[in-house]
Amino acid sequence: MIMPTETNQLTFSKVPINEGMKSALQKDRGEIIAMVSQSGLKGRGGAGFPTGIKWNLAAAAQDDQKFVVCNADEGEPGTYKDRVILTDYANLVFEGMTIGGYAIGARKGILYLRAEYTYLRSFLEDLLERRRRTGFLGQNVMGKRGFDFDIEIRMGAGAYVCGEETALIESLEGQRGEPRNRPPFPVNTGFMGHPTIVNNVETFAWVTCILVKGADWFRKIGTEKSTGLKLFSVSGDCSFSGVFEFPMGITVAELLERVGGIGAKAVQVGGASGHCVPASEFDRTIAFEDVPTGGSIIVFGPDRDMLAVAKNFMEFFIDESCGQCTPCREGNERLLEGILMLEQGRCSMRYLRELCALGETMQAASKCGLGQSSPNAFLSIVAHFKDEILGRAPVAD
Amino acid sequence: MAEFYDKESVRAPMSQRLQRFEPPSDTQAIGALVSVTIDGKELKVPLGTTILEASKKVGVRIPTLCYHEDLCVAGVCRICVVEVEGQPRLQASCAYPITAPIKVKTHTRQVRQARRHILDLLLSKHYGECYACFRNNNCELQALAKEYGVDFFRFGHPEKPRYRIDRSSPSVIRDMDKCILCRRCVRTCIDLQEVGVLEVNQRSNRSKVITFGEKPLGDVICINCGQCINRCPTGALRANDPTDDVWAAIDDPTKHVVIQTAPSPRAGIGECFGLEPGVPLTFEMNTALRRCGFDKVFDTNFSADLTIIEEGTELLQRLHKALVQKDKMVRFPQFTSCSPGWVKFCEHFYPEFLDHLSSAKSPQQMFGAVIKTYYAKLNDLDPKNIVTVALMPCSAKKFECNRPEMCDSGYKDIDYGLTTRELAQMISEAGIYLPAMPKSDFDDPFGTATGSGVIFGATGGVMEAALRTVIELVCGIQVEDLFAHADITPVRGFDGIRFMELPIKKVGPVPELLKGLFEDWDWLVGATLKVAVAHGTANAKRVMEDIKAGGPCSECHFIEFMACPGGCLGGGGQPIPTSPEIRAARARAIYAEDAAYEVRKSHENPAIVRLYTEFLTEGPCSHLSHHLLHTAYTPRGKYIV
Ligand SMILES: Cc1cc2nc3c(=O)[nH]c(=O)nc-3n(C[C@H](O)[C@H](O)[C@H](O)COP(=O)(O)O)c2cc1C
Ligand code: SF4
Ligand code: SF4
Ligand code: SF4
Ligand code: SF4
Ligand code: FES
Repeated sequence: MIMPTETNQLTFSKVPINEGMKSALQKDRGEIIAMVSQSGLKGRGGAGFPTGIKWNLAAAAQDDQKFVVCNADEGEPGTYKDRVILTDYANLVFEGMTIGGYAIGARKGILYLRAEYTYLRSFLEDLLERRRRTGFLGQNVMGKRGFDFDIEIRMGAGAYVCGEETALIESLEGQRGEPRNRPPFPVNTGFMGHPTIVNNVETFAWVTCILVKGADWFRKIGTEKSTGLKLFSVSGDCSFSGVFEFPMGITVAELLERVGGIGAKAVQVGGASGHCVPASEFDRTIAFEDVPTGGSIIVFGPDRDMLAVAKNFMEFFIDESCGQCTPCREGNERLLEGILMLEQGRCSMRYLRELCALGETMQAASKCGLGQSSPNAFLSIVAHFKDEILGRAPVAD
Repeated sequence: MAEFYDKESVRAPMSQRLQRFEPPSDTQAIGALVSVTIDGKELKVPLGTTILEASKKVGVRIPTLCYHEDLCVAGVCRICVVEVEGQPRLQASCAYPITAPIKVKTHTRQVRQARRHILDLLLSKHYGECYACFRNNNCELQALAKEYGVDFFRFGHPEKPRYRIDRSSPSVIRDMDKCILCRRCVRTCIDLQEVGVLEVNQRSNRSKVITFGEKPLGDVICINCGQCINRCPTGALRANDPTDDVWAAIDDPTKHVVIQTAPSPRAGIGECFGLEPGVPLTFEMNTALRRCGFDKVFDTNFSADLTIIEEGTELLQRLHKALVQKDKMVRFPQFTSCSPGWVKFCEHFYPEFLDHLSSAKSPQQMFGAVIKTYYAKLNDLDPKNIVTVALMPCSAKKFECNRPEMCDSGYKDIDYGLTTRELAQMISEAGIYLPAMPKSDFDDPFGTATGSGVIFGATGGVMEAALRTVIELVCGIQVEDLFAHADITPVRGFDGIRFMELPIKKVGPVPELLKGLFEDWDWLVGATLKVAVAHGTANAKRVMEDIKAGGPCSECHFIEFMACPGGCLGGGGQPIPTSPEIRAARARAIYAEDAAYEVRKSHENPAIVRLYTEFLTEGPCSHLSHHLLHTAYTPRGKYIV
C-alpha cells in the first residue's frame, strides 16, 4: 500500500534565496557566530551539539586552512528530510555552508553526499555551477574582497557509519570509514588535520534562515534548551508519512495527532539508534533535553511485534558497525542472538539481565555514537515491552 | 612514544594514529603541566599526556590490549576504559590526552563490568586452547582473563574453528581463530614497517585481518620480518617452527648436527627464562646446546667477520672501479645484504636498486656454505650428513635459508633456522634451566670470535664493524687512534637514520689479504667515505626515496639497512614482548659483550685469517669466495598475480 505523502508548509519555502548570505557578508565573523549562538541552534544531525559553540571553536583555531563539511550522508533508518531539503532547498544549504566558511575563515566546503543520493549529484553540481557563475561562490564571493569560497561534492560509498563525523572525514581522506578517537575534535584536527566544522544539511539551512529572520525569531520557537523548528521524517503505521516541520518540544502525542498515528503502541524517535517511546510516555517532548532526535519518527501500530522491531534494528547495526571496537563489533551480535533466543522462548531472565548489562557496557564503552546507541532500541524495548517479548512458546531444536 | 614514529610519513589512517594534543603555539603553553587525579592520587603531567601514561607514573595499572608502545594508538579494544569525572561515558585511557585538569577512576563498578564484558566478548569469538598454544603463559588475553577472574564463558565460546590456518609462509603462520582484532599487526606492518601486507577487511562482526586479495601470506609482499608476531598479543601469529625436524636430526645418529648462534639471541633468550632483558647468556647457551644434543656449537660472529671482509672488499672494489677506472656502471651507495627482511623489501619495492645490494651473502648463509665445504673437508665429513641449524633472532632467516639459490655447497647451506623463542622451547623441553647452566666456549675451528661480529646484532653494528676493518686495512692506523676504545659512536644509537663521514687523510700499505686485488691505496687519499645506517623498513624507505630524489643519502658510499626496528636484537624471532626499553637493554648487553672481547676487529679474527690461508686462498671476492659466499637477487616487484 502506498501511503499518502503529506507535508505541512516548510519555513524554507518562504526564505528568499541569497538573502541570508547578503545579510551575513555585511556582518563581521564574530557577529555571525554570536548570532548563531544566540539563536540557540543545535545540530540537526542528531547529537544536538550547539552550532554556535562548534563554529566558535573552529574560528578560534589557528590554521591557514579550514574546512566546512556538510554531512549529507543521511543514513539513519527512517530519515529522508535531508534528501527533501537538497532536492527543494539546496541553495539554502549552500548558502549556509558559505556563511559557515566566512564565519570560521574557511575557503573550501565539501558536501558529503550519501551514495544512494547519487542521482541528485548532477542537479546539485548544476546549482553550484550557477552559483559560481553568479558570484555566490568562487573568488571574492558577492564582491566581498578576500573572501574566496567554493564547494565540492564528494560521494559516500554506502556505509552508515560514515555519517559519524570523524568517520566521514576518514572517508573523505580516502581511508576506511572508521571513527577516530576524540579528542581531538574535528574543529581542531579535522579534514587533513585542519580545523573543520561538520554540520548536518538541515543545520546549514537553518543558519541561512536565522540570518534572514533573526536569532530572536528562532529562539522564541521551541523550548528553552531546544530552540527553533525541526524537520521530521515520519514513517510507519500512520496516515500521513512524509517530511513535517514542527517546533522543537512538541510532544509525541501531538506529533502523532498531526500525522494520523493515533492508537500507536510505540514510536521510535531518532531512528534505529534513537529511543523507543511506549504509549505510556507519549506525553514526553521531542527535544534534546528529553527525547532527542535527528528527525526520524517511526510509528508502530498496535499490531507490531516489538521483538521483530528490535531484531530488525539489531540486524541493521550488525550490518553497519565498522567493527573496530570490541563492545560494538561483538556486542551487537550477542544482543541479536539474545533476541533470537527470546523469539524461541529460550532466553532465561538471568541471561536477559546479563544482556541488558552488556547493553549498558556498550553504551558506555564503545568508541563512537553507533555502538553507544545501538543497544538503545533493545534496552528500551526490553524495559517497556517485557510482557510482550518474554514468555514466547519455546521452539524445539 | 616509539623512537621510530615520524608524523609526516606514516600511512596509518588518522583513526589509528596517535592523536596527540598539540598545545597552542604561544610559549606559555609549551611544556605546560596539567594536574590529574588518578584514583585519588594527584600528579602533574605535561599537557597531552594520555591517561594511560599518567597512570603508569603513579603505579596504577590499567589493562591494555590494542595499545603497544611502538605503535600509534588505535583505541579499539576498549579494555583500558576508565571513568573520567563529568564525562557521561567511559573513556579509553590509551587514547585520551589530558588537556585540562581531570579526575579519573580506574576501577569503578562500571569500569570493572565493562572490562569483564569486553573480555567475555573477545572470548566468545576466540577459538583456541591455551595448552595447545605457543603463547601459553605469555599471552596478553590469557593473562587478562586471569586478572579479571574469568571463570566461565558468559557469552559462550566457539566450538569450531572459523578459518583455515595459513601456513603458506616459510616464516609467519596466521591462525585467525585466535585473532582478537586488536590490529597491532596491521599497525606494525603498515605504520611501523611501512610494508603494508595486512589490512582489515569488511566491517562489523565480519571484519578480519587479511592480506591483499586474501592471498596466502607466502604469496604476497610480506618481507617475513615477523615484527607483527612480536606485537600480536595472542597466539594468532607465530613463526613457522621447525623444532620437530631439528629434534629428528639430533636423534638421527647418522647426522652431524651443528648449530651456529647469532649475537642477538644471547642477549634476549634470558627473557624466555624469566630474566630481566639485557642479561646475555652466551656461554650458558653453549653448554645447554651440547646437552640438547647438538654436535658442534659455532659462533655466527665468525661468519659475521667473514661478511665484513667480503662486503668490505666489495666496497673497496666498487670504489676502485669508480675512482680509478672511472667506470660509470658502478653503483653507489652499496647496500648491506645481511638482513633478509630488508633484502626482500628491496626486491619488492626497489627492484631497480638490486645492483646496489652487496652480493655478499648474510653471515648465516656464509657459515652454512663454509660448514658444508671447508669444515666438512677439515673433519672428513660427508656434507650430505651434516645438518646445519642457525639460531637467529629472525623469522626472515627461515625464508632466506629456503631460497632456492642458497645451495652453493651442493646442499642447502642452512637446513633449519630456529628463532630465539623456539630454541628456548627446545632447551626447556630438554629439562634445562638455562640461566643455571655452567659456561662453556664455542667449538673450534671457528671458536674465537671478535667483538665486531657481536655488534652485528644492533643497528649500526655492521657499519661499525666494516669501518673498523676498512680504517685499519686502508689507513694503516689503529681505529683506537680515531675513536676511543674503537667505539664508533656516531653510527650507534636508535635514531632512525644516522650519517657519518670519514675523511681518508693518509693511507697505509695494502695488507697481505688484499694484495691480489689492489696495488696501493693512494687513489683513496683525500676521499671522504660517507656512510649511513637505517633500521626498520620505514626508515629504509625514507633512505631509498631520498636516494631517488638525489638527497644526502644518494651521496653515501655504503648504507647499512636492517629490516627490524633496533636491528636484529629487535628481530621477529626474539622473545615477546618487545618495547623500546627492552631493545635498549638488549643493545647494552651486546655492546658490553663487544667491549669484553680482546680482538675486536674482523680482519684480526684468527679463524678468518686461517680460512683465507687454508681454504679461500685466492682471497676475498675471489672466484671461490664468489661461488660460495656471494649470491644474486630476484626482482620481485610489488604486483602479485
Ligand atoms: C553512526 C552515526 C551516524 C551518523 N549519521 C549522520 C548522518 O547521516 N547525518 C548527519 O547529519 N549526522 C550524522 N551523525 C552525526 C554526526 O556525527 C555529527 O554529529 C553531525 O554531522 C554534526 O552535525 P550537526 O551538529 O549539524 O548535527 C551520525 C552519527 C553517528 C554516530
Ligand atoms: S562503536 Fe561500532 S561503529 Fe563505532 S567505532 Fe566502535 S565498532 Fe565502529
Ligand atoms: S592465544 Fe592466548 S588465550 Fe588464546 S589459546 Fe593461546 S594462550 Fe590461550
Ligand atoms: S612479517 Fe613483516 S612484512 Fe610480513 S606481515 Fe608481518 S610485519 Fe608485515
Ligand atoms: S593477528 Fe594478533 S595482532 Fe593482529 S589483530 Fe589479530 S590479535 Fe591483533
Ligand atoms: S588499549 Fe586502549 S582501547 Fe585498546
